[in-house]
Amino acid sequence: MAERIVIDPITRIEGHLRIEVQTEDGQITDAWSSSTMFRGIEMIFKGRDPRGAWAMAQRICGVCTTVHAVTSVRAVENALGITIPDNARILRNLIAGIQQVQDHVIHFYHLHALDWVDITSALKADPEATAKLAQSISDWPKSSADYFRAIKEKLESFVASGQLGIFANGYWGHPAYKLPPEANLMAVAHYLEALDWQREVIKVHAILGSKNPHPQTYLVGGMAIPLDPDSEKAINADQLAAMRSLFVKAKEFVEKVYIPDLLAVAPFYLEWAGYGEGLGNFMACGDFPDRTATQFLPPGIILNRDLGTVHPLDQEKVAEYVTRSWFEYSEGDEVAKHPWEGETIPHYTGPQPPYELLDIEGKYSWIKAPRYDDRPMEVGPLARMLVAYASEHPRVKEVVDAVLDKLGAGPEALFSTLGRTAARGIETLVIAEQLVSWLDELATNMAEGNLQIHNGEKWDPETWPAEAQGWAFHEAPRGMLGHWIRIKEGKIENYQCVVPSTWNASPRGAKGQRGAYEAALVGTPLADPSQPIEVLRTIHSFDPCMACAVHVVDGSRREIVQVRLDGCM
Amino acid sequence: MDKLDSETPYLLQKRGISRREFLKFCTVMAGTLALPGDFVPRIAKALEQTKRPPVIWLEFQDCAGCTESLLRAHSPTIAEIVLDVLSLNYHETIMAPSGFQAEQSLKDTVAAGGYLTIVEGSIPTADDGVYCCIAGRTALDILEEVASNTAAIITVGACAFYGGWPHASPNPTGAVGVKDIISDVPIINLPGCPPNADNITATVVHYLTFHSLPETDDLGRPLFAYGMRIHDNCERRGHFDAGEFVRQWGDEGHRKGWCLYQMGCKGPIAFHNCPSIRWNEGTSWPVGAGHGCFACAAPYFWERPIYEPVDIWEGRTPPTTYAPAEVPAAAWQMNVGLAAAAGAAGLAVGAAAGALAGQRAAKKGSSGEEEEES
Repeated sequence: MAERIVIDPITRIEGHLRIEVQTEDGQITDAWSSSTMFRGIEMIFKGRDPRGAWAMAQRICGVCTTVHAVTSVRAVENALGITIPDNARILRNLIAGIQQVQDHVIHFYHLHALDWVDITSALKADPEATAKLAQSISDWPKSSADYFRAIKEKLESFVASGQLGIFANGYWGHPAYKLPPEANLMAVAHYLEALDWQREVIKVHAILGSKNPHPQTYLVGGMAIPLDPDSEKAINADQLAAMRSLFVKAKEFVEKVYIPDLLAVAPFYLEWAGYGEGLGNFMACGDFPDRTATQFLPPGIILNRDLGTVHPLDQEKVAEYVTRSWFEYSEGDEVAKHPWEGETIPHYTGPQPPYELLDIEGKYSWIKAPRYDDRPMEVGPLARMLVAYASEHPRVKEVVDAVLDKLGAGPEALFSTLGRTAARGIETLVIAEQLVSWLDELATNMAEGNLQIHNGEKWDPETWPAEAQGWAFHEAPRGMLGHWIRIKEGKIENYQCVVPSTWNASPRGAKGQRGAYEAALVGTPLADPSQPIEVLRTIHSFDPCMACAVHVVDGSRREIVQVRLDGCM
Repeated sequence: MDKLDSETPYLLQKRGISRREFLKFCTVMAGTLALPGDFVPRIAKALEQTKRPPVIWLEFQDCAGCTESLLRAHSPTIAEIVLDVLSLNYHETIMAPSGFQAEQSLKDTVAAGGYLTIVEGSIPTADDGVYCCIAGRTALDILEEVASNTAAIITVGACAFYGGWPHASPNPTGAVGVKDIISDVPIINLPGCPPNADNITATVVHYLTFHSLPETDDLGRPLFAYGMRIHDNCERRGHFDAGEFVRQWGDEGHRKGWCLYQMGCKGPIAFHNCPSIRWNEGTSWPVGAGHGCFACAAPYFWERPIYEPVDIWEGRTPPTTYAPAEVPAAAWQMNVGLAAAAGAAGLAVGAAAGALAGQRAAKKGSSGEEEEES
C-alpha cells in the first residue's frame, strides 16, 4: 500500500526545503521537492545601480557567501565589455577557493555527518581503541587516548545534563547507523575540531575582503583590496605570510582529517554506492581561470552516465519551466523561457497554511524548473569531478582513481549518494592543493611591480552604452551558478539568477521529468517512515541551499539587441 | 550515569579549561561589553550556572548569514555556546532531527517557557504570509506562537530588524521585521548584514550575567555595539580631516589607506562598532580593507546606493585641508639652534615652519595624485 511521507523542515541545509515521498513496501517510489520560501529579488533589483548589484546579490545566501557577488560583477563586466586586471582574477580565485574548501568541510561535519554518525554510540567507545583507529588512518597529531577520553567525558556530562539542545530527538539508535562506537567518537572529536578550524581558515576572506560572511570587496572591474608591499594599509608581505599559513592549515586538515574520515566511514556504508542518483546528467561551467583564461576545473556536460563523452556547454540552451511552480508565464505553463526572456509573476496556488500535504498533482514549489536542452541536470561537486575525470584532468583522475581503489569500487559507484559525498571530499582536496600556488601568482605579480587591482575605464556609467546585456557563470560550492543582466540607461532593467540548488531541487517541468533530488530518491529504501534517515542521507549529499534555489527571473519581455556574449570570465 | 556535579569549575577542568583561561574569557567579555574590570567575577558566576538557558533560533526569509557569522564566534566559540553556555533547542541549520521530530523540540521548548528567542530573517506578511512556510505553517504564525511564551527576543541581522533586502522597494512579499509584528515582548535588535559574532555573544553574556537586556538606542540596538558613529572612530578619520581622499580604486591614496568618503563610504551615518572590534577576531573590516562602509546596521540601508557619497555637511562647504602633523625637516634643524638663539630667532623659525607647512598643504591638497618633487 502506498504511503505519503512528509519531511518538513529538512534541517541541516540552508533555507527551507520540504520533501514529500511516496513509499511502497519499504522503498521510495516517487518524490517531490519543494522550496517553501520566496523573496523576489528580481523585482527588487530593477532600477538599481548595476555596480552595486553584487552587494545585494551576495545576500541571496550567507552560507555560500561570495558566490553571487562574483557572478554578479562578472555578468556586469560581460555586459559592458570590461576586462579585469590579472591581480583581480587571482584575488577572486583565492577567495572562491578557500570558500569551497571551508564550505565543503563544514558541510561534511556539521550538516551531513549526523546522518552517518550516531552520537549516542560514541558514549560506548573505548578511548584506547579510538586512538588506535585514529592513528591507523592518519598522522594527525590529535589522536591520543587521553584526548578521546576527554571528548568522551565532555559528551557524557553534556548528555547527563539532560539538555540535549540541537541533538535532541535525533534518530539515534536507528539500525541504519553502521559505524562502531570508536568511529563515532572519533567523528565527534573531528566535528568539534572542524568548528575551530573553519573559523580560522576563513580569515583569508577578512584579510583580502574585509570580513566573512559577506566580504565587502567586489568591484565591477576588479577588487577593492589594495596591494602594496611598501604600505601598512595594503596587502604586503605580512598579509601574504598570514594567508600562506592559513592555506597550509586548511590543506592539512583536509589531507589529515577530512579525507581519512571519509575513507574510514565509507566502507561501512558501501550499499550507498547503489542509491541516490537518478538523472544521469551532469553539468559544470568550470572555474578558477588562469592567466590564459583556461579554467582549472573544466566545463562540460555528461549525459546518461557516459564518461566517454564530454559535451560542450552553451548558455543559450538554459531555459526554465513554471509548469509545477508557483509562478505564471504570460504564454502559459507549457513553455520554457531562457533567462533573458523570462518573467516572474509569483502566484501561490498551494494549500492554505496550516497545511498537511502539498498538491503534488499541481504546482508545488517556489523553485522554477531549469532545463538544459530540455533535460534536467545535476550540478555540484559530483558533476564537476565527473566532468574533470572524463576530461582527463590529471590530479582529479589520480585522486578519484585512488579513492575508488581504496573502496574497491569502479567508476559506476560515483553515480550515487556515496559517490557524491566522496566527490565533495575529492574536490576539496584538489582545490586546497592549489591555494598556495595561486597566492604565489599574486606575490609574483607584486614583486614585478604589478599592483593593479581595478580597471576603472568603465566605472563611470556615462561611459556605458544606452543598453547592454550580459551573463556569467561561477562554480559555487553547490554547483553551477548563472546570472543574466540587462542594463538600460545605467540601471538594471532585468536581472536573473539560475542557481545550483534551482537545478538540483527542481520540481517537474512541462514534460513531467523529475529534478535531481526527486530522481535521486526514487528506489531508495526507507526502513522506518517515522525516522526517514535514508532521505536525509541523499538530500544532504546534494548540500541544499534553498534561499539560493528560489528562482529569480527578469520581468522584461522586450527584445534587446545583443551587445556581446562572452565566455565565463 | 551519576548526576552532574554542580561545581562548574570541576566541569571546566574536565573540559581542559583552566580557571585562568575561564577568567581570561570573562575578561574579554567584560571588555567587549565595555564594563569595568570588577564585573569579571560577575560574568564568571553567571556562566557557572549549570542549567543552561534554553534558546529557540528561528529562521524565516533569511540567507543564513547571521548563523554563519555566529559560527565565527571566538569568545565563547560556537562549540562552547552549544555545549556549555546555552541549550540551543531549535536551530534548523544545525539540529540533528528533521520533520516532526524537529518540530517536537520547538513545541516542548515553547511549552516549558523561560526561553530566549533569536530570530534571523524577515517575516513576509503579504497574502497571509504564504511566502515563507515551515512545516506547513506560515512564518507569521510560528513567530506569534513562539513569542507568546518567550522571556525576550533578540533579532539578528537586518532582515529580522526591519525587513532587510526582502523589504527593499518594492517589497514584493510584504517583508517586515520582528518589531513590526510583536510588541508585548522585550526585543533587542542586533542588526548588521550580517551582525558581528562578537556582538551576538556579548549580548547573550550580558543577559546571563545581569539577567537583563543591555541599554539600547531608540531602535532597540545595544549601545555597547551601536552607540557610536563609525566616522568618529574610524582609523582613517585623520585623512578625512586632512582632505586626503581615495579618488579611484587602486590609486595612490587607496594604497595608503586614505579616506573612502568620496567612494561612497557611509561611515558618517553608520552606528556600529566595526572600527573598534573589527571582524573575524579583529582581522579587518570594510574600510580597513579598502571598501567603503554601507551602514549595514541602519534601517533601509539598501536604499542608499553604495558608491554615492552621503550628504553630511548640510549646505556648508567642509574644509579640504588642514595643517599636516608632520614637521618639515628644515624646521627641526632650526629648532636645534633655538636654545642658543631664542627670541628673535624663534619668530623666524615660526614663520619659516609656517611657510613650509603651507607649501606642503598646497601640494597634498585633496587629490590622491603623486606629490610633486619640491
